Amino acid sequence: MKIVVDFDLCESNAICMGIVPEVFEVRDDDFLYILQEHPAPELHDRVREAVERCPKQAITLTDD
Amino acid sequence: MTPLTSIAVVGASLAGLQAAQALRRAGFDGTLTMVGAEPDLPYDRPPLSKGFLDGSVPEDKLRLRGAADPDALGVAWRLGTRAVGLDVATRTLRLHGPDGDSELGADGIVIATGSSPRTLPGFDHPGVHVLRTVAEARALRAALEAGPRRVLVIGAGFIGAEVAATARGLGLEVTLVEAAPTPLARVLDAASGAAIAELHRGHGVDVRLGTGVDGLELGPDGAVVGARLAGGDTIDTDLVVVGVGAAPNTAWLEGSGLTVDNGVVCDDTCLAAPGIVAAGDVARWPNRRFGGTLTRVEQWDNAVEQGTYAAKRLLAWAAGEPVEPYTPVPWFWSDQYDRKIQLAGIPSNHATVVNGSIADQMFLQVYADDDGRFVGALGWNRPRQAIQARMLLNDGASLAEASEKLAG
Repeated sequence: MKIVVDFDLCESNAICMGIVPEVFEVRDDDFLYILQEHPAPELHDRVREAVERCPKQAITLTDD
Repeated sequence: MTPLTSIAVVGASLAGLQAAQALRRAGFDGTLTMVGAEPDLPYDRPPLSKGFLDGSVPEDKLRLRGAADPDALGVAWRLGTRAVGLDVATRTLRLHGPDGDSELGADGIVIATGSSPRTLPGFDHPGVHVLRTVAEARALRAALEAGPRRVLVIGAGFIGAEVAATARGLGLEVTLVEAAPTPLARVLDAASGAAIAELHRGHGVDVRLGTGVDGLELGPDGAVVGARLAGGDTIDTDLVVVGVGAAPNTAWLEGSGLTVDNGVVCDDTCLAAPGIVAAGDVARWPNRRFGGTLTRVEQWDNAVEQGTYAAKRLLAWAAGEPVEPYTPVPWFWSDQYDRKIQLAGIPSNHATVVNGSIADQMFLQVYADDDGRFVGALGWNRPRQAIQARMLLNDGASLAEASEKLAG
């Protein structure tokens, strides 16, 4: 699993950070940072939930 | 075990689509039917009052991603089709669609029929706009593009405030009228509501608070030329938008046997009757996290979470398995001008700013209930802290702990 964020769509709502703080972090500059581009398998379910719950539908997952 | 070979989802918007996706993800491989009153495949509504209205988001970008490929879910789409009745005992829906009337029976039913804009007496006129569907948004966008001399927005809730901000962004003259003393009075404390009024005034909106409306002024050709306010003033306007809240779409359930009272009343697991669950704007359930008061939430994030939960609940019902109650920490956002306003949990009138300042319109404040418990937080351009607040609420943090961690 590889996480791809469309930063043109991302508005730093930070919902993803609320679900998987190990992977997504909105910092004080209000930008989203991906802490693990290839998240560990035990995080995959929560990463998928973050994808579903992004209000801008800005996160996608690829097979890489 | 109760056989579950067919499920009908009534309502083809965010909550219904999430339920359908969650059912398939959980391995449900029976017949799945999506009944949608609108002719469109599921689309995203938040841009309708913002990017879609100002032209920055084209219509082909509105489709919800879960419906990008309508065949992928293995769903029988019944679009342009309205549910007009339900027999609870046999779980049989009565439908009215392009092909006339029909019946649809199912082992399980998800009710996700959403809500509709409330209307105002005296403002029932084809020239008066409301905003809920993409069809209504198309009509409003065309009216804005036609260059009205003044836009009158009645109601400073989310829809009204966002439409006012978008119309100002298009360079139009805007009057925003609200009957309550502050904007967003049903969801925000008075001081934050007053800050919303200042935000709009700072952008040149004529904001009239504590002001009701009386009726329309029509020209000789029947077109809207003005609106009378309760205080006697008349607003010279040729475009009126009414945003005075929404009512759950439950008329079709009258006499069904379900309890309908400002929504479909469910137990604390979103179950309305055996084999029938509800999700999204139409569902009313006791949220045990906040004392079990019956709650109905008209928010994007809740539609996602509750739609997913309702699907799991239905499968657990069929399997005869227990489930945990549905106890979300509510969360919403609203974009107005360059401000991102986010609320986690529930507001109260015991608010303390712990980060930034209201005067700068960049702040985070925490809300306490009457007993001093931490129940919510409001952020203005503080997305990191707003979501941290949601996580702290989820963890049951105290007010002191939350205040310390969210300070900055």
